[in-house]
Order: sequence, then C-alpha cells, then structure tokens
Amino acid sequence: MSTAETEIRRAPEPATIVEAGPSAEGRPAAAPAPVARARWTFWRLLGSELGLTFRRPRNLVMLGVLAAVPVLLGVTLRLMTADDEGGVGGIIAAAAGNSLMLTFASLSFLVTLLMPVAVSVVAGDAVAGEAGAGTLRYLLAAPAGRTRLLAVKYLNAVVYGFAVTAVVALAALVTGLALFPVGPVTLLSGTTVPVAEGLLRILVSVGYVGAGMAALAAVALAFSTFTEVSIGAIAASVVLVVVSQVLRAVPQLDGLAGYLLPTWWNDFDGVLRSPVDTAALGEGLLVFGAYALLFGSVAWARFTGKDITS
Amino acid sequence: MTTVTHEAGAPSGAAPPSGPAAPAIVTRGLTKRFRGGQVAVDTLDLSVPRGSVFGFLGPNGSGKTTTIRMLLGLVAPTSGEHALLGLPLAAALPRVGALVEGPAFYPYLSGEANLRRFDAADPTAPAATVRRRVGEALDRVGLTAAAGKRYRNYSLGMRQRLAIAAALLGPRELLVLDEPTNGLDPQGTREVRALVKEIAADGTTVFVSSHLLAEVEQMCTHAAVMRAGKLVAQGTIASLSGGQPVRVRIETPDAAAAVRVLAALGLAGVHIGAVEGGTEVTAELGGHAPERINAALVGADVPVRGLAVVRPSLEDVFVGLTGEGFDVDG
Ligand SMILES: Nc1ncnc2c1ncn2[C@@H]1O[C@H](COP(=O)(O)OP(=O)(O)OP(=O)(O)O)[C@@H](O)[C@H]1O
Ligand SMILES: [Mg+2]
Repeated sequence: MSTAETEIRRAPEPATIVEAGPSAEGRPAAAPAPVARARWTFWRLLGSELGLTFRRPRNLVMLGVLAAVPVLLGVTLRLMTADDEGGVGGIIAAAAGNSLMLTFASLSFLVTLLMPVAVSVVAGDAVAGEAGAGTLRYLLAAPAGRTRLLAVKYLNAVVYGFAVTAVVALAALVTGLALFPVGPVTLLSGTTVPVAEGLLRILVSVGYVGAGMAALAAVALAFSTFTEVSIGAIAASVVLVVVSQVLRAVPQLDGLAGYLLPTWWNDFDGVLRSPVDTAALGEGLLVFGAYALLFGSVAWARFTGKDITS
Repeated sequence: MTTVTHEAGAPSGAAPPSGPAAPAIVTRGLTKRFRGGQVAVDTLDLSVPRGSVFGFLGPNGSGKTTTIRMLLGLVAPTSGEHALLGLPLAAALPRVGALVEGPAFYPYLSGEANLRRFDAADPTAPAATVRRRVGEALDRVGLTAAAGKRYRNYSLGMRQRLAIAAALLGPRELLVLDEPTNGLDPQGTREVRALVKEIAADGTTVFVSSHLLAEVEQMCTHAAVMRAGKLVAQGTIASLSGGQPVRVRIETPDAAAAVRVLAALGLAGVHIGAVEGGTEVTAELGGHAPERINAALVGADVPVRGLAVVRPSLEDVFVGLTGEGFDVDG
C-alpha cells in the first residue's frame, strides 16, 4: 500500500466526531443532532453511570461504613467525657462541648484515609473495571465516545466524592445534635459564632473536602486508564495516599509537603478561624484544581489513544 | 488470490466512496501490528456490499477479531484506512450493531437493565422509546421471559442472545457479529442462523465472522477468507465456488456403461471412483438437466442406484485455495 494512505484514521476516534453533515443525508429520520440534544444525551449517560454507582452494594457499604464512624466517634466521646477524663485536644475536645464540632472532628479524622479509600475504589474502578469486564468495548461501540465517556466517569466519581463527604458530615451532624449541647460555636481562634453560621461553615468545609476528593478522583481515574485490573488502579491510588501521608509527616521533607495532595485536605479547618481563613482555603482549592487538571489530562491522553483489546 | 468484484447494490453501477450508496464496509491496506511485532492483520482490502450477508472466515488467530476491532474504532490501525457505511466513524457507529469476541455485561444487572445501560451510551438513541426498543430486542432473541433475571444467572446461550439483542437496540444498517454461534447448542445455532437471515431480509447488511466453513456456507451470500492476517479470497459464495464446477454423481454397478452414456451426452470431466458395494461415476454437470441424464441412463439400461447433484463446498474451495487444512494461525 502507498504511504499516502497510511495516515488516515490512525486514532481510534477520528477528529470527525462532530461532523453532522454526512449523517443527515443517509437517514432522514435521525435529524442532525443539535447541541442541546448532545448535551441531553450526556446527562442521560451520566444518569446511567450514577445509577450503577449508587446501586452497587459495594459502594453503598462504603457509604454506610463512613456514616457509622462519626456515630461511633460521637458515642465514644460522650462516654469518655461522662467519665470526666481529659487527654484529648484540639477539634476532638471541642466536639464534646458543642454539637456542631463533631462534624469537623469526623471530617478531619476520616479525610486522612477512609474517605480517600472509598473515592479511590470508585474512581480506580471506573475505566479498568469496564475494561476487565469487557463492557468497555460495547460502550465504545455504542458509541459512547472516548472523551465523553471519560468525562462521565470523572463526573460520576466527583459526585461520589461529594456524596462521601456529605454522608460523613450529615451523620456527624445528626449524632452531634443528639449527643452534645446545641448552642453558639466556639471556634479554634476563641471567637463564638451563632449556630446558623456554624452550619454555614460546615457547608463550606463539605465543599472544600469534596473538592479535595474530586482531585483524588482524577488521580485514581488516570491510574484506571492504564490497566484492565481495577484492583491495581485502586491499590495504586490508596498507596499513593498512604505514602503521601507518611512523607508529609516527616519533618525533614517539609519542602515536599506542599506538593502532596493529602497535605491540603485538612486545611478545611480554615473555616474554624475568625474570620474564615479564605487564603488557606483558596490555596487548597488551587492545588486541587491543578491536580485535577494534570491527572485529568493524563487520563484523557491515555484513554483516547489506547487500543481496547479486552 | 481470487478477488471478485461485484455490484455494490448501487443502481447506477460504480459505487461512490461515501454516502448512502457506499459499500457497508471498505478497508484499504488495513494493517495492525501489535506491540511485540505480531502482525495480526496485513494490508487487508475488504469490500462488503450493502445488503449482503458477508461471511468473514479464517482459522483461529487469523485476525478476524482484530479486523472487527479496527472497524469499530477500538483498536487503531498501524496503517491503512477503513469506512463503515461510507460515513465518518462516529456517525456510522449508531447505525451499526456489534458483537465482538463474545458477550460482556454487568453481572449484577438484569438483562433488561443491561440493555438500557448500553442504550444510554448511544448519543443518538432516543430515551423516550428505550422501553419499547429494549422490549423488542429481547423479544427478537426470545429472552422476554428472562428479562428481569440477573445476567449473572444467565446460561451461556442466554448471554449470547442478550449480546445479539444489544446489537439490535436501534434501527441498524449494519450488523457486525463476531462468532455469534460460539457456545450455542445446535438448536441455538439454528436460531441464530434464522435470526441472521431474518435481519438480512429487512435489508440490513450482516458481517459475520466464523471459523466454521459450513456455517458461512449456509448463511451467507458473500464471503472472505483470512489466513494469518492476509485476505486469501473474497466474493460471492457462487463466485468463490466458481473454480470448482457443480458435478453429477451416479452410483452404479456398471460404470463403463454409465461413462458411455455420459460421454454421449457431452459431459466433461468424467471420473470413475469406487464406493462401498459398487462404483460411482462423476462428471461436470455443465448446462445439463439432471433428470435428462437420469432418463438417458435408464434408457440405455444402465442400473442407477443413486443420482445426485454435488455442489462444491466452501471447504473444497478453501482447501483448493490454500492447499492446507484449517488449523490455528500463530
Ligand atoms: N492485544 C494483542 N497483543 C498482541 N497480539 C495480539 C493481540 N490481540 C490479538 N493478537 C494476535 O493477533 C492474531 C489475531 O488475533 P485475532 O483475535 O484477531 O484472531 P481471530 O481470527 O479472531 O481468532 P479466533 O477465531 O480464535 O477468534 C493472533 O495471533 C493473536 O495472538
Ligand atoms: Mg476472534
């Protein structure tokens, strides 16, 4: 064959995706898809994806476990303080004094490992799981479109990340209200704010931690595009989190800490300053955005150029 | 190489390279070299006319699935080009139903939920009609009774049927079926064959890969034969068999008398062979009517024990083409 022909249609998905021209003439019944319709079908696929994620027993069990931890934490704290035993400090101690503080305490405890594990499972499984099961080839032949499918997979993982955060916050809030005194919240800086503002600050921290989980989801999704074994991608993501947590605890590696994603997750306690430490929160969000962009690009480059041989 | 060109269903003769009159599948110099150097498909030039039932034959490992993966955009060709329905790939795929290397579904979902899932992935599938279309597809493959059952609990044959149902979710102009009868019992195999014929009768082009020569012979109007990644032959079943003529075979104890009669009738290629309990005489049928040959034999007092018209099988053709058996290609 002549070399002139060899360059055509090398990519799995040619650049002709949006060309509605030729498709209109062959089958008049299928009108050329307007942008609005394309958008609508995107939400339909996302809906299908969310349905799979939030009906899958494994994912629900993880949400259940994450909801149970704040309850256990609250009950333990209640029993401990009933014995008038000191020894705990910071956010944890404050939780015993005010119903809202249990939410911050729970987030701060769970965001270090348990929440990242849950997000890693869903995002790490996203592409690798479908590849391993063989369903990926049928989704792409449907045709889901590689970029479109990846976007749906990422948004789905982001929604799960926010759901994880919200479930923890909600369980902690309900437990806190049931077990500890309701009243004005004393912040870490010593200032006191009314309950309503305390709730608002909880909402802000849920948004911040959710964004942190969304950044992790991009990392796990990128890993997911490199393998057909989802446990591999999940493990890689969890190991990355654990190693980062260890590294940032080493004082000699202080310079490195800023580049590690987990370093920024606990900075949601900026909402417990007075005024709210927006600089710290903003900086954290920027890091999350950078991570999402970097690993999102890696995932995209890999997934759109990959041979689907499973 | 016996490449046979044919009318592509276009009324005006020569088929344009694109648009609705283009062949259902065209490839030019399509090549796939996997990492590691394995050339799975080697400069493949395929042309599948619209409305045909096209058998894609080849032994295990000859590159059938790899070709199909390239056609569907799952695997990027190393070189060469291809087109489905004369359209850009993304525009063509919604009109193509595919079964690639066996069924693959979500085990924890029901058959129906699985079909809904794949329908949701197709940006051209109208959500408003999904219930009806899923119901029709399940009905077509006889899975209505098992629609609510989890895929995990499906039998092998039910899984294969569900995969075919998934390929029939929308109005399709082309069906690409990779070994659709794999794992089916004889009854299931017959049903799939009947289904393929039914679908083809509606005007849908069917491209079906198989390593079973007999199956292709029974279902297909056209065929292509692959061997170690290379195309060995393609064309209509009739034209592929063209090299081997239709023969008439007479079983008789008096071969010499039969030979005289056949020669007198002007039949060519007369051949005498031994069969259990007698001899057989074969000759090329040519334009002769078998009943007239029989009448001539009986008229000449030749004792006829049996008379049959023997059409060459694809297997004969294939062995004739390659001079080899039908073993695995490395
Ligand atoms: N991902 C891959 N990497 C390397 N080689 C591959 C890969 N996939 C297939 N091959 C090789 O390419 C060749 C063709 O394989 P293919 O699956 O296309 O054959 P096939 O005709 O579909 O066979 P079968 O009838 O057994 O399904 C084989 O030699 C196979 O080993
Ligand atoms: Mg195969």
